[in-house]
Amino acid sequence: MEHVKCECGHVNPIGTVLCESCGKPFEENAPALLDMRYEGSARRSQTYNKTIIDKVWNFFSSVKVGVWLIVITLIASAIGTIYPQEMYIPPTVTPAEYYEEQYGWLGKWYYQLGFHDLYGSWWYMLLIALIGVSLVICSLDRVVPLYRALKKQGVTRNEQFLRRQRLFSSSHVDNYEALLPQIKEKLAKHRYHIREENGNILAEKGRFSRWGPYVNHIGLIIFLIGAMLRFVPGMYVDEVFWIREGETKEIPGTNGKYFLKNEKFIFQVYEKEKEKKVFQEAIDRVGSGMMAKNYQTNAVLYERVGPIIPGEKPKLKKVKSFSIRVNEPLKHDHYALYQVDFKLNELSKMSFHLIDKQTNKQFGTITVDLLQPKDEYDLGNGYRVQLLSYFPDFYFDEEGNPATKSKVPNNPAFVFKMITPDRPDGEVSFTAIRQTIEPLGDNKYKMAFAGMETRNVSALTVRRDFTLWILGLGGAIFMIGLIQGMYWNHRRIWIQRINGEVLVAAHTNKNWFGLKKELAKICEGTPLVMPVDQADKGR
Amino acid sequence: MAQLSSTLLYIAFVLYLVATFFFGGAIRDKKAKSGPDRWAMIGIAVTIAGFVAQLGYFVTRWIAAGHAPVSNLFEFTTFFGMMLVGAFIVIYFIYKTSLLGLFTLPIAILVIAYASMFPREISPLIPALQSDWLHIHVTTAAAGEAILAVSFAAGLIYLICVVDQSKASKRTFWLEVILFCLISTLGFVAATTAFRLADYEAKFEWIDKNNQQTEMVYHMPALVGPHEGKLKTEGRMEPLVDMPAIINARKLNTVIWSLFAGAILYGLLRLVLRKRIAAALQPLVKNINLDLVDEISYRSVAIGFPVFTLGALVFAMIWAQIAWTRFWGWDPKEVWALITWLFYAAFLHLRLSKGWHGERSAWLAVIGFAIIMFNLVAVNLVIAGLHSYAGS
Repeated sequence: MEHVKCECGHVNPIGTVLCESCGKPFEENAPALLDMRYEGSARRSQTYNKTIIDKVWNFFSSVKVGVWLIVITLIASAIGTIYPQEMYIPPTVTPAEYYEEQYGWLGKWYYQLGFHDLYGSWWYMLLIALIGVSLVICSLDRVVPLYRALKKQGVTRNEQFLRRQRLFSSSHVDNYEALLPQIKEKLAKHRYHIREENGNILAEKGRFSRWGPYVNHIGLIIFLIGAMLRFVPGMYVDEVFWIREGETKEIPGTNGKYFLKNEKFIFQVYEKEKEKKVFQEAIDRVGSGMMAKNYQTNAVLYERVGPIIPGEKPKLKKVKSFSIRVNEPLKHDHYALYQVDFKLNELSKMSFHLIDKQTNKQFGTITVDLLQPKDEYDLGNGYRVQLLSYFPDFYFDEEGNPATKSKVPNNPAFVFKMITPDRPDGEVSFTAIRQTIEPLGDNKYKMAFAGMETRNVSALTVRRDFTLWILGLGGAIFMIGLIQGMYWNHRRIWIQRINGEVLVAAHTNKNWFGLKKELAKICEGTPLVMPVDQADKGR
Repeated sequence: MAQLSSTLLYIAFVLYLVATFFFGGAIRDKKAKSGPDRWAMIGIAVTIAGFVAQLGYFVTRWIAAGHAPVSNLFEFTTFFGMMLVGAFIVIYFIYKTSLLGLFTLPIAILVIAYASMFPREISPLIPALQSDWLHIHVTTAAAGEAILAVSFAAGLIYLICVVDQSKASKRTFWLEVILFCLISTLGFVAATTAFRLADYEAKFEWIDKNNQQTEMVYHMPALVGPHEGKLKTEGRMEPLVDMPAIINARKLNTVIWSLFAGAILYGLLRLVLRKRIAAALQPLVKNINLDLVDEISYRSVAIGFPVFTLGALVFAMIWAQIAWTRFWGWDPKEVWALITWLFYAAFLHLRLSKGWHGERSAWLAVIGFAIIMFNLVAVNLVIAGLHSYAGS
C-alpha cells in the first residue's frame, strides 16, 4: 500500500485528506473551513475506483444511495397500506375477485401489480436486503479509517488545522505557563480528558459517541439476519387449531409431543349493571353487552409419555392447567399458545323422538353425537333407527343432491331408516333442521326433533420462534447505539501556543450550541478570547 | 373523580391559551430588552401550571378508570398534546427561546381541541388492550412523536423567517398550505362544535358494501350522503351527492366541512391581513437567531428519534408478540410507524452526511410531522386496521 508522509513525520495511508496526527490538510486548495467528517481519513470508497469491486463498494458506501433506498422502501410501504393486504381479507374469498369487487378497477390493478402481497414480494425483500448491504458497506467504509484517525490523533496540531476549525480564536497571553493549570482545571471540571504535549493541550470527551452509528447499524444487521432466519425450516412454528370444549387434541407443530384439553371456553361482555359507574356512559354508547371483556380458554396441557405408536391412544401426563386469555398466552418449552378466535354454541348433540305421525305416540329417543354419530340406534321392542347418511354442514349441491360443505356441524341433516315391528323393511326419512322429506312416499313414522346440546369452540395459535432472541439482541444493540450516538457528542478543544499567540479551536460532531456554552464558561475569567463561530462569517 | 379530571383538562387548555399570549408579548418586549424577559418568564410559568393541571387530568382519569387514559382517540390525542407541551418545556429550558412557545403551544392547543371532538367518556378496555404494555407502549410512542413535533414547530419558525415573501413561489405556496392545514384543524373544531351546539342529527338508511341495509347518523348536514342513502329525519338537508359503498361518507362529509370552514377562516384572515399569512407572521420571527432555530429543530429529532423507536417500534413489537401472537404483522398503523421511522432515519442521514441544514432540514421537519399526523388521523379514521382506535 502506498503512503503519504506528512511534514510532522506521521505516515498516512493514501487518500488521507487531513493528516491523522497533526491534521494538516493535504489538498492544495483546502476550504476555509475544514470538512471534519470522518476526520478527513482515507476512505476506501473515496480512494479506489478501478475494478468492479471498487465500483460496487463505492455504490453501496454512498449515503445518497442509502437514503434513496430508504425513501423507495418508505414509498413502497405506504402503497401497501392503501388497500388491506391479502392476509387481512376474508379467508373465504379469492383475492383476484375480492379486490376488484371491493375497490373497482383500482383494486384490480392493485391486485395485478402484486400490491396485495407487497411486503412478501421479491422486490420488497430485495429492497430490504439492499438496505442491509448498504448498512454493512457504509459502516465498514467509514468506521475503520475513523477508528485509525481518532486513535492516532496527535496533541500538537498543524496551525492550518486549528485556524480552519469552525470555532476558533487567537489571544495574546502574557503568562501562558501560569494560565495552563487554571485552564486544565476548568477543562477537567467539565469532564474533559486532557492530553498535554509541550504546553499544547488536547481536551476531549464523549469520543465513544462516534461509535454510536456503527453500533446501531450492527444492531440493525443482527435484526435483519434474525428476520431472515425465519425462512429456515424448524426455526419457526405458526399453526392455528380449533378445539371444542371437553376435547383433548394434539397440539399441531409439536410433533405429537404435547396435547391440550379445552375444559371450558369463556366469553364475557361488559354489561351495564355489573361495571363501574364511570363506564356507564361508554357502555351506553355502544350498547350493553356489545363490548367484549374477556376471551378465555381454560386449558390443561399434557405431554406424551413414551414413544409414538401409530393407531394407539397416547399416554398423557399432565403438565399444567392454565387460563389462556388475550395478552396471556400459555407458555411452555418455547411454545406459546394464544387465544385468537372462538365460536359460541356449536351444535354437539341432537336428539329425536321416533313417533307415529297419526297418534304422536313415542317409541323412544335417540341422541346423535354430531361428531361421532353411530350407524344404528336400538330403541328396544323391535324399534331401531339406522343412520344411512349424515351431512354435518348440509346444502343442496348444483345437481340438487344433498351434500356437506365441511365437517363442522353447522347445519346437520340426516337420512334415517326407521325400522319398526309393523314396517320391518323400514321407512326412510330425510331430516334436517326444520324440514323433513320423505323421498320414498308417505311414512307412518317420523323422527321428531327433541332437543340439542351445544358447546363452545376455541381457536388457539401455536407459536415457537427461535429467532426472537436474535431479534431482541439486534433491537437492544440498535437502541444502545442510537442512544450512544444521539444523546452524547464528541467534543474536542485544542489550545496551542504558536509564535506567541494562543490559538483555541474546538470541534464537535453535533450540538454546537452546547459546545459554545461550555467554551464560554471555560474562557470566562481568563485572558483567552472566546472562539468565534467562523461558519457565521459566510452569511 | 371523572368530573375533576375533565375540569383539570379544561383548566390546562385555558392556561395554554394564556401562556401563548404571554409568549407573544415576549416577542414585542424584545425590542426594549433589559434584564430577564418578564413576559417569557410568566409565559413559561403559566405553561408549567397548565402542564401540571393536565398531568392532574391524566392521573385522576387513570385512577377513575383503573387503566391508563390512552385507550381511545380522544385520550391518546390529548396525551400527545400534553407530551408536546412537556417536550416544549424541556427544550425551552435548554434554549430559552420564547418564540418556540408562540408556535408550539398553539399546535398543542389545536391538538387537544381536535381530540375533544371525539367521544370523551371513560371506556372499559377490550381484551386486546388489557395489558401493562398499553401504557408502556402508547405513552413512549406519544412522547417520541411529541418531541419530533417540536422540530416541526422550530422548522416552521425557520421557514416563516427565511422564505422570501416579496414574490409568489413554490415555497410561499407550500408554506401557506401548511398554515391552511393548521387552520383547517381549527375549522374542524369550529364546525363540529357549532353543529353540536345546534344538536344537529340526521339519520340515513343506506346499503353497505356487503349489501346490508344499515343506519348511519350524521351530526353535520350531509353534503355527501352514504351509498343509496335515504334520509330518515325530517327537515334535514338532502345530500348533494351519494358516495359509493366503500367510502365512509360520514367521515368524508366531516373532512369536507372542516376544509370548508378552514377555507372561510383562511379567506377571512387573508382579507383582513391583505397578505399571505406567513408574510403576516414574518415580522414576529425576524429577530430570531436562525442557527439556533435550526439547531433546536435538529436537536428535537436527535432526542425524539430514539424515544420514538423505543415506543413505536420496540415496545410495539414486544406487545404485538404477546397480544397478537406476532411481533410484526404489516397492520397499517405498524407500517406507518415504520414509515415515520424510515423518514426520520433519512432525515438524520441527510443532515449528518449530506449537510442538509437550514431550510432543507426545516422542510423535512414539516414533512415528518405531516407523516406523524397522517398516522394519527388518517390511519385511525380512514385506513381501519387492528389498532383499536379505528372507527371511533
